[in-house]
Amino acid sequence: MSTSRERVLARVRAALTDVPADEPVVRPVERPYADSHGMGDALEVLEDRLRDYKALVRRVPADRLAQEVADALERRGAKAVAVPDGIDADWFARTGAERRPDSRDRPLELRELDRVDGVVTACAVAIAETGTIVLDGGPDQGRRAITLVPDYHLCVVRAEQVVDGVPEAVRQLDPAQPLTWISGPSATSDIELNRVEGVHGPRTLEVLLVDPA
Amino acid sequence: MSATFLGIPPFPEAAHEAVNDSRLRHNLRKATHTIRDKRASVVTELEDDWERLRSEGAAIKNHTLRHLDHYLEQLEASVERAGGHVHWAADAAEANAIVTRLVQATGETDVVKVKSMATQEIELNNALAEAGITAYETDLAELIVQLGDDLPSHILVPAIHLGRSQIREIFLDQMAEWGVPAPAGLTDDPRALAEAARVHLRERFLRTRTAISGANFAVADSGTLVVLESEGNGRMCLTLPETLISVVGIEKIVPTWADLEVFMQTLPRSSTGERMNPYTSTWTGVTPGDGPQEFHLVLLDNGRTDVLADTVGRQALRCIRCSACLNTCPVYERTGGHAYGSVYPGPIGAILTPQLRGMSSEVDEALPYASSLCGACYEVCPVAIDIPEVLVHLREEVAAGPGHLGEKAMMKGAEAVFGSSRALDAAQRAAGAARNLVPRHLPGMAGAWTDTRDLPDVPAESFRQWWNKHEKGQS
Repeated sequence: MSTSRERVLARVRAALTDVPADEPVVRPVERPYADSHGMGDALEVLEDRLRDYKALVRRVPADRLAQEVADALERRGAKAVAVPDGIDADWFARTGAERRPDSRDRPLELRELDRVDGVVTACAVAIAETGTIVLDGGPDQGRRAITLVPDYHLCVVRAEQVVDGVPEAVRQLDPAQPLTWISGPSATSDIELNRVEGVHGPRTLEVLLVDPA
Repeated sequence: MSATFLGIPPFPEAAHEAVNDSRLRHNLRKATHTIRDKRASVVTELEDDWERLRSEGAAIKNHTLRHLDHYLEQLEASVERAGGHVHWAADAAEANAIVTRLVQATGETDVVKVKSMATQEIELNNALAEAGITAYETDLAELIVQLGDDLPSHILVPAIHLGRSQIREIFLDQMAEWGVPAPAGLTDDPRALAEAARVHLRERFLRTRTAISGANFAVADSGTLVVLESEGNGRMCLTLPETLISVVGIEKIVPTWADLEVFMQTLPRSSTGERMNPYTSTWTGVTPGDGPQEFHLVLLDNGRTDVLADTVGRQALRCIRCSACLNTCPVYERTGGHAYGSVYPGPIGAILTPQLRGMSSEVDEALPYASSLCGACYEVCPVAIDIPEVLVHLREEVAAGPGHLGEKAMMKGAEAVFGSSRALDAAQRAAGAARNLVPRHLPGMAGAWTDTRDLPDVPAESFRQWWNKHEKGQS
């Protein structure tokens, strides 16, 4: 194994004889591009992009969040939902749906995840310009599998978590955590380039965008 | 055993057949024009910033390539620090052997795969099959290609050459042999077809304990791997199994986590014409309690260091496999991907494949000529690869090689004539005198040229003769 390593590295070095030995290995960070592109109010842009991806979106005031969660689960007919065990219990104050907590220490079985009616999570950051919600595996977002296997994902995004552009989001995220960037529900365009929502991931993504009370 | 590109005729022959396939041309035209228009609109949305992101992307990749040994070692250390294992493969055979050994160590005989160009390049599925391991493709288009015992024809949408009714037939004929059968009464509605794929693959995802992927990016400073996708099959493979093996070309490295802010803006927009692809997964080594608990990274050379050694051709390694160059190419639009005889079709394939494989076969010698040099590919490339420049550079190499003796003799003769004023004058006078004897159709090898073109009339006198007669004495 080490011989191949040395062989490949030796080939790389032999291929780069044109590079001056004193050329710096570290590249100064310049970032000549913009952090965002002035497309408008971040929350409005995010809402527009999410709708463009066929996600369901609702702007909700903070003091109505528990009612909105209850209504969303009711509309969906979701009787049992997976939840990361660090999620805010207050969000569920008005729903009768059963919660199945999941954590890294006590994960739900895959078959059980496949049977629940949906999953409810928070997020780490959301990017307005691209309509992207990023999950970083934090206690209120949970393991990657829980937002993947159920067919319905209800995600709560707080207004202060929304940034305009991709660079701001990348700066806030910790690469040591496993990240999932979600831009709309699962989709494919493999058949004559017709977009079809929902192949393997959740077919329905619903976002509650929480304005400060 | 799946189909292979081996034995496919050189581009001119393969293209000749392809352009006569009207259904293929219809599918391709519709598909490439659709993506082309979508791309243009989301790129325009970023205004001037697009060019800045484009040149920054090119600069990051160039810098990485110029210090690739450093970044490879840094990536290795970062991945191992995060609990992953790193393997080095000098060529396809070695990569296949490593992956086979790793799968065998899990005791599994079934693996699920995320769409990956690198594993297609090394024909991993065939190597695994020989070891009694079945690799299941899970990307919808790759699944269609695998079930149909076909070959991919596009980097991003490998089944772009097939229409919905063909896909329906493949599902009805083949799904049962591979697992959950297609539902009775399956229609050719894309929704129904996607649903059939969902049902077919779900059992497989929930059951399979080993997965194989590639990666779009490997971040040296953090040890993070990144996969962009749409369907969620990637997330399934990357998170549900116990063991994950990723085969990654050594050119996929970017130095820092922050560099992703450039490519996460340029890749989706160039590729599918979306502001962002539906799902992106990033992982760094292993995370206890979340996702695969064993992670192997196989770093693949397989000719990349030969490309790196060519200071003109090196830029091809900047490629982030967005496929914008395919979608904009007038040649690809008419011939489709199979004619290129390579897993990398289109303009990027025409420069990458002959460099990776070395120009020792007729197929690879023909590829640098599979272009009209119109430059559209360069215009749309998000990392500004000057594909026409590399094409011309590779043509020079082909011309300097042993082939094309007749052409070389002609060029030698032309050099002698054009190099001497007296020889040129004599040749032109002779041509003028014999002008009525020149046939409409040239004999021998040159006949192919006049099959489709009119030979220009030879003038009675040359410009030089006319000039000498009329203008010389006047000034």
